[in-house]
Amino acid sequence: MLLTITNSRYPATDLSFLLHKHPAKVQSVEVMNGKAHVFYPEAGDEKCTCAILLDMDPVGLVRNSDANSFALDQYVNDRPYVASSFMSSAISKGFSSALNGNCKEKPELVSIPLQLEVQISVLSIRGGEELLQQLFQPLGYEIIAIRHPLDPHFPEWGNSRYFTVTLKNEITLQALLSHLYVLIPVMDNEKHYWVNEEEVTKLMNKGKGWLENHPSREIIVRRYLRHQRKLSDNALAAMTVSEDAPLPEKAARQKLHDVRLQAVSDEIARLNVTSVIDLGCGEGRLIKLLLENKQLQRITGMDVSSHSLEVAASRLKLDKMIESQRKRIQLIQGSLTYKDRRLHGYDVAAMVEVIEHLDEDRLLAMEKNLFNEIQPNTVVLTTPNKDWNLTFTTDENMLRHSDHRFEWSRAAFNAWCEHIRDVYKYTYEIKPLGEEIEAVGAPSQMAVFSKQ
Amino acid sequence: MTLNFPELSLVVLVGASGSGKSTFAKKWFRPSEIVSSDAIRLMLSNDENTPGISEDAFELLHLIIAKRLKRGLLTVVDATNVNSQYRKQLVALAREYHVLPVAIIMNMSDRVCQDRNKTRTDRVLAPRVIKGQMATLKSGIHKIREEGFRRHFEFRTPEAVEDITEIIREPLFNDLKHEEGPFDIIGDVHGCYDELCTLLTTLGHTVDKAAQRITATNGRKLIFLGDLVDRGPASPAVLKLVMRATEEKLALCVPGNHDNKLLKYLTGRNVLLQHGLKQTVEQLEGTDLEWIESLKKWLDGLVSHYVLDHGNLVVAHAGLKESMQGRGSGAVREFCLYGETTGETDEFGLPVRYNWAANYNGKAAVIYGHTPVVRPEWFNNTIDIDTGCVFGGSLTALRYPERELVSVPALQEYAVPARPIRESMNELSLQQEHDNVLDINDVIGKQLIETRLMKRIGIREGNAASALEIMSRWGVNPKWLIYLPPTMSPTATSALPDYLEHPAEAFKYFKGEGVKKVVCEEKHMGSRAVVIVCKNSEVVRKRFGIQEESIGIIYTRTGRVFFDDESIEQGFLKKIADVITERGGWETYDTDWFCLDCELMPWNLKAQQLLRNQYGATGAAGRYAMQGAIASLEQAATNPAALPLLREYRERAAMVDQFTTAYRQYCWEVRGMEDYQLAPFHLLATEGKTYFDKDHEWHMEQLAVFAGGEGNPVIATKYQVVDLEDEAGVLAATEWWHAMTNNGGEGMVVKPYDFITMNEKFFVQPAVKVRGKEYLRIIYGPEYTLERNLVRLKERGLSTKRIMAQKEFALGVEALERFVGKVPLSKVHQCVFGVLAMESEAVDPRL
Repeated sequence: MLLTITNSRYPATDLSFLLHKHPAKVQSVEVMNGKAHVFYPEAGDEKCTCAILLDMDPVGLVRNSDANSFALDQYVNDRPYVASSFMSSAISKGFSSALNGNCKEKPELVSIPLQLEVQISVLSIRGGEELLQQLFQPLGYEIIAIRHPLDPHFPEWGNSRYFTVTLKNEITLQALLSHLYVLIPVMDNEKHYWVNEEEVTKLMNKGKGWLENHPSREIIVRRYLRHQRKLSDNALAAMTVSEDAPLPEKAARQKLHDVRLQAVSDEIARLNVTSVIDLGCGEGRLIKLLLENKQLQRITGMDVSSHSLEVAASRLKLDKMIESQRKRIQLIQGSLTYKDRRLHGYDVAAMVEVIEHLDEDRLLAMEKNLFNEIQPNTVVLTTPNKDWNLTFTTDENMLRHSDHRFEWSRAAFNAWCEHIRDVYKYTYEIKPLGEEIEAVGAPSQMAVFSKQ
Repeated sequence: MTLNFPELSLVVLVGASGSGKSTFAKKWFRPSEIVSSDAIRLMLSNDENTPGISEDAFELLHLIIAKRLKRGLLTVVDATNVNSQYRKQLVALAREYHVLPVAIIMNMSDRVCQDRNKTRTDRVLAPRVIKGQMATLKSGIHKIREEGFRRHFEFRTPEAVEDITEIIREPLFNDLKHEEGPFDIIGDVHGCYDELCTLLTTLGHTVDKAAQRITATNGRKLIFLGDLVDRGPASPAVLKLVMRATEEKLALCVPGNHDNKLLKYLTGRNVLLQHGLKQTVEQLEGTDLEWIESLKKWLDGLVSHYVLDHGNLVVAHAGLKESMQGRGSGAVREFCLYGETTGETDEFGLPVRYNWAANYNGKAAVIYGHTPVVRPEWFNNTIDIDTGCVFGGSLTALRYPERELVSVPALQEYAVPARPIRESMNELSLQQEHDNVLDINDVIGKQLIETRLMKRIGIREGNAASALEIMSRWGVNPKWLIYLPPTMSPTATSALPDYLEHPAEAFKYFKGEGVKKVVCEEKHMGSRAVVIVCKNSEVVRKRFGIQEESIGIIYTRTGRVFFDDESIEQGFLKKIADVITERGGWETYDTDWFCLDCELMPWNLKAQQLLRNQYGATGAAGRYAMQGAIASLEQAATNPAALPLLREYRERAAMVDQFTTAYRQYCWEVRGMEDYQLAPFHLLATEGKTYFDKDHEWHMEQLAVFAGGEGNPVIATKYQVVDLEDEAGVLAATEWWHAMTNNGGEGMVVKPYDFITMNEKFFVQPAVKVRGKEYLRIIYGPEYTLERNLVRLKERGLSTKRIMAQKEFALGVEALERFVGKVPLSKVHQCVFGVLAMESEAVDPRL
């Protein structure tokens, strides 16, 4: 929350003209939810330091919010103490003329590189010193960073993401402030207000002359624009005139899920049925595929999360669908461990990558509900194959997702299927999902259960 | 002339326009009881004469009738109803809701109708329309009985209608709601006279066996569930005794299918002499014909079922589903005699019974027989007490309201059952098996839950939806979830300048609520935990219906399992169980399980992430930011203008250090199980009992017995009892709070002395917390004590939080009371689910 700028180019007090702040005064400017105090710890001809001390109002941060800013939900928060987008706002408010390259009294100073040194305590860096180097080195800075521990009392807690940072460069004050204005929130990777088109303009403006050719411009743009894909794509496109920087491909994991969904959808198509219920439909991706199957007259998605169902409805564009199509789909909130008449009467129940999200001691209730109460003619169920985890880890206990309660090896899955066959009078067939690798099998496994 | 029909009837008025139906209806029925087609047409069209709306009007008319009948309300249909087809639809509707259809026919002359029609101002019909209506009426009216109207009244002149002096609404025969008992309810006797006499004697009644007469009862009314006859050795004796007892008002009796078949035989209908009827017929040979006549009359007069004790008890031979209770129709009678069958037959050629009880969710306990079972079991508030005496089992009675079972064994096997009476192979009871999967309808949507402490608690649909997700994704098995603790409100903010919370406001609050004495309990620096600990895993299976190798569970206040590692959980529970064993707890409370409300330490056990990522991070950021700021300000201090800022930042830097000190108190190193501590503060329940009627001092004393000693994880909670009138006592408690919180303690909880304290309005907040000044830094931030912050933080509303706390308390108490009262799990679950739903309501999380 403290930023000091030191000039040691004679006469050092030129800094005060450029900043348009008198060295003998302690001044305060209002910023959103707080104040910024500007004062000079030192003001000689050899060396002149101006400090901007951000004084955030911790109560206001939680209590005040308008449509364009976020209220914090916790009073216990690092925001009052770190240099963040609040610091950028303070710079643009407190040093607006310098940032914009104006100096009424000595306009000639604006374009002269000064001997500048900046100190920030503390800077929150998501990405560590590596990122700090990556961002400032190409701009010619000498960097000294001290990383702070979370709590010296508990060394086992390790380091925090907070640094006291010193940056040195021979550069114009305007360039320095522009760098800081853009890069402080990039390092923090957060913003206290909602990012919109206007923010792209600000970025293009402040980044002029250095961002376009910055080797890390992509990460800068994406973080600055809060990972809003459309905004950052536009900004990057505007910067990249000729060279085609290809946008990074989505991870292979995504593809696996597509394979899985296609396999389930194909399986259902083969069954020649007219109604399906997707138990744990999530955001409705399987439903989207199933809709293409004209034979299906009734497609119901059930999920335990009403939020997921809202996303599903908007992804499927239910409100814009023509009536005949709309009538085929139904989305309901429900749970696999509760009896529910609404889940009855479907030819097929699909359960794609859902079972591993249930605690093992709740499987009994789920089984009874699915195979004894709901009793669809066919159940198509998929779950990750734990054997395959060997392709990326040797850690026995490592799971592919933090919400997975377990992952079954092929043998464990088969044992469970056998148990279902014996207790509930269903036959089953297991198929691999995804590319099979010797000794570990495919990434996922599918069982198709048929009522006897 | 008087008209009489059952109080729950569908009264269908029949007559052409102008025949006087509406006038008649208005005179004899309440406006709300009359459903008029004219009114509905008007509602749908603004004009009764609009053509083309008949279909919609009829649909709506039928819908209104259906909803009224479902709710058990007498309904009068004011429409012409001259068409036989329409009337049949109404009869079908009445049957669907097991209500008697009654027709009142205004068969007036053409002149009467035409004259009346002319004087109408609202709607004038062409004379030919009325003529047509009259013709339709006359063509079908003679067959009205065949249409299904068991009772009908016809009037041919206005004078005859004028002559009606009274309409008598007859109560249904099955309505004995005013009879509260106590009752002794006896299952299928099937001619086992000896066993019946023994049972009656065992129950405390006096029987003259030779005279086939009960000479005196012990004040309890007897109820026979039917199937008095067939298969057994002495059906006539049983009949004589029961007939006499009913005539003398000592007993009630509902008919069974065997009794019904005997009646058919006696009245000369063609029935096969099988399933034991042959024996009965032989035993009746040579009996006095006059008695046979009275028997026929008696059997014919038996009422299918009874609704007793303000609707809390229903008795019927084969049981009765909720929608049929208190109704009268052929279908109801059929159900009472035979139950519901699926239409299929089993391997023994007997009809497969549909298990109506599995879907039963009614308020009334249903006591029935009909299907022999090895052991009677309560199931969804129903119980089959036919223990197959005639097949060599026993004859069973159920005492109501005690719900106690009394059985006498059969003296011999008098008959062999066509379908063997098998004991279930499952080690869970029917109810426990059923409760493996609960019904979503009991929890989702808008819910209204009746509790003992608060009449009706509403749960919002959106909150229930959130709770469904939490419960399904993270909740422990609902069979464990018999209680969830309520949220707790803090005290009102302090009037003292340096404090946000202070004991004075808590004492003042309770005094204002009329509480004389409070208990102050130390607030432990741990996490709320509900502990269920059983003597062994057998108890877990038998009492909780959970088939797993465990001796209990520890879960959080949101119903999540406390320890992710099951072996730690079970190991810890074993330690607690050992302490209970060692100190005679099982015997003292005559129980094999305990449910305790506790605090489990240390807090960092559950909050490791929070401590590092939020508290540790804020502390680090604050510490180094302050260092930098102060260094710069010190450098600037040659400028006097910077001095005030320097002073302020030094003060604030100290607060950041205090904050760090505050959260460090919560970080104990946990090397293993021996570092955990459990501080129970409520002994919630043991087998058959809850302890909400005991005061908090009692709870503290009882629980202290299990605390302390080498290697014991259970610790006692420090507490003080404070008389609010005694100033010295109040002062001492305040000092005590200061001493605790100055040492870094979290604070204290102030509770009214009695667990449940009623004042003239309501029950008082069960507890209010007063948190320490330093502890509050980790809630409100390091610098909350800065005056400009504190002033604003003092503005906080508590009313939502307090209402929530009360509702959640009422729901938690209700859940546990239901569980110890052995009601079906769905009713317990509804309450804990309600607590969870309440918790998803948006309130300031810092309160």
